[in-house]
Amino acid sequence: MNKKLKAVIIGPGNIGTDLLMKMKRSEWIEPVWMVGIDSASDGLTRAREMGIKTTAEGVDGLLPHIIEDDIRIAFDATSAYVHAENSRKLNELGVIMIDLTPAAIGPFCVPPVNLVQHAKELEMNVNMVTCGGQATIPMVAAVSSVQPVEYGEIIATVSSKSAGPGTRKNIDEFTRTTASAVEKVGGAEKGKAIIIINPAEPPLLMRDTVHCLTKGQPDQAAITASVLAMVKEVQKYVPGYRLVNGPVFDGNRVSMFMEVEGLGDYLPKYSGNLDIMTAAGLRTAEMFAEEANNGNITLPARGSVEEI
Amino acid sequence: MNIKGKKVVLHDMSLRDGMHAKRHQISLDQMVAVATGLDEAGMPLIEVTHGDGLGGTSVNYGFPAHSDEEYLSAVIPKMKNAKVSALLLPGIGTVDHLRMAKDLGVNTIRVAAHCTEADVTEQHIGLAAKLEMDTVGFLMMSHMATPEKIVEQARLMESYGANCIYCTDSAGYMLPDEVTEKIGLLRAELNPNTEIGFHGHHNMGMAVANSLAAIDAGAIRIDGSVAGLGAGAGNTPLEVLVATLVRLEADHGIDLYKIMDVAEDLVVPMMDQPIRVDRDALTLGYAGVYSSFLLFAKRAEAKYGIQARDILVELGHRGTVGGQEDMIEDLALTMAKEKGLI
Repeated sequence: MNKKLKAVIIGPGNIGTDLLMKMKRSEWIEPVWMVGIDSASDGLTRAREMGIKTTAEGVDGLLPHIIEDDIRIAFDATSAYVHAENSRKLNELGVIMIDLTPAAIGPFCVPPVNLVQHAKELEMNVNMVTCGGQATIPMVAAVSSVQPVEYGEIIATVSSKSAGPGTRKNIDEFTRTTASAVEKVGGAEKGKAIIIINPAEPPLLMRDTVHCLTKGQPDQAAITASVLAMVKEVQKYVPGYRLVNGPVFDGNRVSMFMEVEGLGDYLPKYSGNLDIMTAAGLRTAEMFAEEANNGNITLPARGSVEEI
Repeated sequence: MNIKGKKVVLHDMSLRDGMHAKRHQISLDQMVAVATGLDEAGMPLIEVTHGDGLGGTSVNYGFPAHSDEEYLSAVIPKMKNAKVSALLLPGIGTVDHLRMAKDLGVNTIRVAAHCTEADVTEQHIGLAAKLEMDTVGFLMMSHMATPEKIVEQARLMESYGANCIYCTDSAGYMLPDEVTEKIGLLRAELNPNTEIGFHGHHNMGMAVANSLAAIDAGAIRIDGSVAGLGAGAGNTPLEVLVATLVRLEADHGIDLYKIMDVAEDLVVPMMDQPIRVDRDALTLGYAGVYSSFLLFAKRAEAKYGIQARDILVELGHRGTVGGQEDMIEDLALTMAKEKGLI
């Protein structure tokens, strides 16, 4: 029996294409479909050239093929505005949705912090927060696992070339979603997120700063050990994730200065912000596939009438 | 230069950009006193928020003495003629902050973006225009792009609904010819109904000269700050600009003696340090670095033993933009490690 779960990518933009390239190397996930809205678009053309089935009819163009192609996992790399409808249609057919938009209708997933729990509970829609969230929330969680964090703040700086039109049109969703996940997943009592877009040439690597204000004096040795261990966890799926400076301790402030270099699959290596999203999304799908293969979870029964 | 009879709308920054110089610690009483003095002097527009705009409160930029809501609620009801504006940087503040400001009676919203990234302002400019606010697009660090690029980005903001576009010299880098060229092209290319504005910093000692060049080239709104209280070497000192406008017979509507007295009697005594072109502020202008980095670089120098000037020059080399205050400690740590200091 083929252990790989078959998948569809919705949105053939930068994220979708990078995801497709990573997925082609995966031992657990097999990309089958790419969904777009313009058959002449670069993204759909690239997908066809890579041997993937495509439709330019949006998710509706895919629905008739879900059962016959045994699609089990969908990655939505479109926008927050259309995600809810995409998710509803696919969940109805028993497809697990991995949401790469800031829509956040399902629980947030930051793999080294809470993926195991989501896989066990077979969440039908998990949200990958934002690029800034994936890069910083593991650090907040590393501090809050040692002692209470009353305030967590992250500053994500991305190169202009790696900030797509979706992020730009939805910049408030970025700050809101990330701040919320700093609280819910990172464990800070209050979260704040800031994003800066920098047009320098050559483009800068994604960089992220994480500030935590701890309750009481920070336990420096324990926090440093926890942070270094968490960096190693993230490096398992994003090898270019680096702690450049810190943790720095100043009163009850704990600060970490990070850099994220991408693998350079589709976009250049400076786009660590895209890489960490696609890598985290794929890692999430792989965990579901592994758990299903090990018999720890049972994939959803198909909701379509044809199967009854 | 002949600007005789030209309409100039001055806009005071001391209670917003000045927050940088005060580490965001201006008291409510000080805000009300300065704003009231400016109102009596005839200042038509006064900006009030955290230095980094609505929602700027943070570890990264500094926690203010009071929230934006508290400052705006204290100042707005006291104004007889002056209108109050608020700055908003998408990526820091959100449309929720914008709605809050509108509800508190803010007249003018200024949506700021780096001069090549105007497309992050669509949500905010669109909403402000829909709420029928005076809506300004604020192109920061305008020395970092060509005049043609500035016009292209200004057109985007205009298309989202901005009725006024600013060429903003956040680093105090520009010399008058550059101001003339950029303002002149904006005036020639934008919709005739769209107002043009200029925001200067005094890091190269050019803020007054640049503001006059901007007026001459077609700008109607000019930012400045009473006594220059602002980031870096401060903003265009308004009492000085007003004196030049009086001599040039421009139509500005400000009482010169009254604004001189606000500067001398209220604002100068508030200053934590002289607002002047010291070597670090000069380096901001010289290297083209965001003016609010000044005090952060000085603090990094004190903590890590790396000269603020060296940090600022390196930040300039790296093409740092507004809002990247977090780079300062990061870079100081890296430089201190390289020098074996830590």
